[in-house]
Amino acid sequence: MPEVFSPQILKLLVDSFVQTLYMVGIAGFIGTLIGLPLGVFLATSQRGELFAAPAVNAVLGLIVNAARSTPFIILVVAIIPLTRLITGTSIGTSAAIVPLTIASAPFIARVIEAAIRGVDQGLIEAARSMGASPFQIVQKVLLPEALPAITLALTLTVVSLIGYSAMVGAVGGGGLGDLGIRFGYQRFMPDVMLAVVLVLIVLVQGVQSLGDSLARRFDKRSRH
Amino acid sequence: MTDHISSGAASSEAIIQLRGVEKTFAARGANAPVTALHEINLDVPRGAILGVIGRSGAGKSTLIRLVNGLELPSSGSVRVDGVEISALEERALRQERRSIGMIFQHFNLLARRTAFGNVALPLEIAGVSKAEIRRRVLPLLDLVGLSDKVDRYPAELSGGQKQRVGIARALATNPKVLLSDEATSALDPETTEQILALLKQVNADLGVTVLLITHEMSVIKTVADRVAVIDEGRIVEEGATYDVFTGPQHATTRNFVSSITGTQLPEHLAMRLSATPEADKEALVQLVFKGEGAAQPWLSVLTRKLDADLGIVQAKVDHISGRPFGTLVVSLPDVAKLPALLVTSKELGLETEVLGYA
Repeated sequence: MPEVFSPQILKLLVDSFVQTLYMVGIAGFIGTLIGLPLGVFLATSQRGELFAAPAVNAVLGLIVNAARSTPFIILVVAIIPLTRLITGTSIGTSAAIVPLTIASAPFIARVIEAAIRGVDQGLIEAARSMGASPFQIVQKVLLPEALPAITLALTLTVVSLIGYSAMVGAVGGGGLGDLGIRFGYQRFMPDVMLAVVLVLIVLVQGVQSLGDSLARRFDKRSRH
Repeated sequence: MTDHISSGAASSEAIIQLRGVEKTFAARGANAPVTALHEINLDVPRGAILGVIGRSGAGKSTLIRLVNGLELPSSGSVRVDGVEISALEERALRQERRSIGMIFQHFNLLARRTAFGNVALPLEIAGVSKAEIRRRVLPLLDLVGLSDKVDRYPAELSGGQKQRVGIARALATNPKVLLSDEATSALDPETTEQILALLKQVNADLGVTVLLITHEMSVIKTVADRVAVIDEGRIVEEGATYDVFTGPQHATTRNFVSSITGTQLPEHLAMRLSATPEADKEALVQLVFKGEGAAQPWLSVLTRKLDADLGIVQAKVDHISGRPFGTLVVSLPDVAKLPALLVTSKELGLETEVLGYA
């Protein structure tokens, strides 16, 4: 126990926590920038849909599935050349953001697609009957109506990213996972490991609660 | 009462005109191509309320969607106010849809927008300024009787209130035509009456032509000036509602009409009914009164002229487009007077049918 409360360890814990937030935040943000439009397109481009392009839809779906079926740890190693190209290094927190982003974008695309598909088709028809363009339908109907589901989907994504970010610790990515492995496992300091796990639990719990409460606030379907 | 106003406002010029319309849906997988509509010809007079009635699967949903281009005809012509809908390119079609409002069976309101926000949506889509939207939306919500629900979300409204929002939304862009897709089918009878009254009011006050589809004859009876009966993708009968109700020609129409005016004899009588006169049996005669003959006090005239006693076995009287229409089954104990009854009834303008003796 005393090691955990030593100033050095405490500082390491705080630094790792910030690194984790940084990795998850940036990867989640960029992943959403890519995944959101991709998800919307996947949800609206099958035959007879707003942006009907069945062939493109099929190809993108295949790419997304391929990316999602690659085990994360293999992805991290496989894309080291790309990581080096983008960040100049393959080790450290910034380098870890590259595989995290690449893993999160297709994941986000799929959860957004599911959220958009949850919007009642009747609303699309109503908007079309008003003379809305496909872009207006996305902007004024699909995204706003799917917002509660999208919020829950992004919450799920962030929680998964926190898990992944702990995994990039194994390849020197920094963050809480890195701390846990180097101190808790390699130096055999179980109390550090315990502290890391506790912080992760609190973090995940916090993110989930925040996401749930936002989604509830956005959801106007139930009487309150 | 508003019937007279709306039928008066209806001119003979057709604002919606379908000519030789066919609609075939392409084959999907193992399913063969489906022809949903055959050779449809239909005129909706400007200012009228025309109801299309049919069973589910008869093609009425497809038909109404042709009018605002949500479906395009495989062949034939669909014109709205002189504009050939199927010839429009996408952008022009979107523009045209702003002059054709539509309401839906399940309302199709956005759950995350208030009543105000939902009515504002078509105006936002049309690029109307915020100030102008405010000026338009509040009077519309007032028109449909929801000025106290402006900031309510759909989940906080009843079915009837939701449809009122739907109507206000459909009227937001000042359309010439209002399409109603089974708008009252999800509502209870009382709310249905209220929504239909609102549609009549909108038709009379704003001069909006209404094309509605329904599977309920009561809706047609309450609100429509004209009716078209659709069966298996064909319009089998079309005309003024009163005429179609009182003199249905096609079997499908007769089916629908009997759901309203139907006079099936009660089972215990039907079982005793014989085709020839027998001792101790009374003659049962069905009298149908409509049009001119319906207005006079014919029942008392009949009994006085015949000097006979008449029993009433069954009666159904209805008012369609503000005119009475009814079916009466009477029993005549003095069978000898039957020929005289038939002759006198004809003179009074009644349709007669001897059902038998019971």
